Amino acid sequence: MDVLERIRQQVEENSVVLYMKGTPSLPQCGFSSRTAEALKACEQEFTYINVLADTEIFENLPRYADWPTFPQLYISGELVGGCDITLELFQRGELKKMVADAVSKASSTA
Amino acid sequence: MSIQADIEKKLASGINLLHMDVINESSNHNVPAGSESHFKVVLVSNGFEGQGLVARHRRINKLLADELANKIHALALHTYTEAEWRERGGGAPPMSPPCLGGG
Repeated sequence: MDVLERIRQQVEENSVVLYMKGTPSLPQCGFSSRTAEALKACEQEFTYINVLADTEIFENLPRYADWPTFPQLYISGELVGGCDITLELFQRGELKKMVADAVSKASSTA
Repeated sequence: MSIQADIEKKLASGINLLHMDVINESSNHNVPAGSESHFKVVLVSNGFEGQGLVARHRRINKLLADELANKIHALALHTYTEAEWRERGGGAPPMSPPCLGGG
């Protein structure tokens, strides 16, 4: 499967997807770590993809949504942003609601 | 020209700025002393009015595409309109134009 198609499936079939360096329990980058911590604090399940373990995604994700850096957070198939945007939304109290809404929307249509 | 000066120049010429801070945070990371690998950028511009954060960051990422692709490892971005900056800081924003190294 084409890599961009693979990414599209990942972000559309999962309500909340974090592309990060490392894993939430063993992050390999400070920005990825802080983003994963903010998501964990939203108290919902989320999907993560370790871009360091998937060279094809590492190389092609930046052109999927015209976003050159990692991490990248997608909610309901849409790019939310990287670390700074995610943390800002978290601090404003918006992230938790966005995540909860996406998860409940997905479970009601499942 | 240093990477930092390059970043400052590109941002100042690409966006109508009220305030700019480009901070070299490389010394917080595991890189040799004097490195220019990790930067934090704080920008205040009324050109961000009506733009979401993704649009603002995309605009900056495009201005710094060469740096992101080839020269630096990390770029933290904090973008505000003048009103957002005042609200956040509670006080007048630094209104002086960015120094462009011209003396």
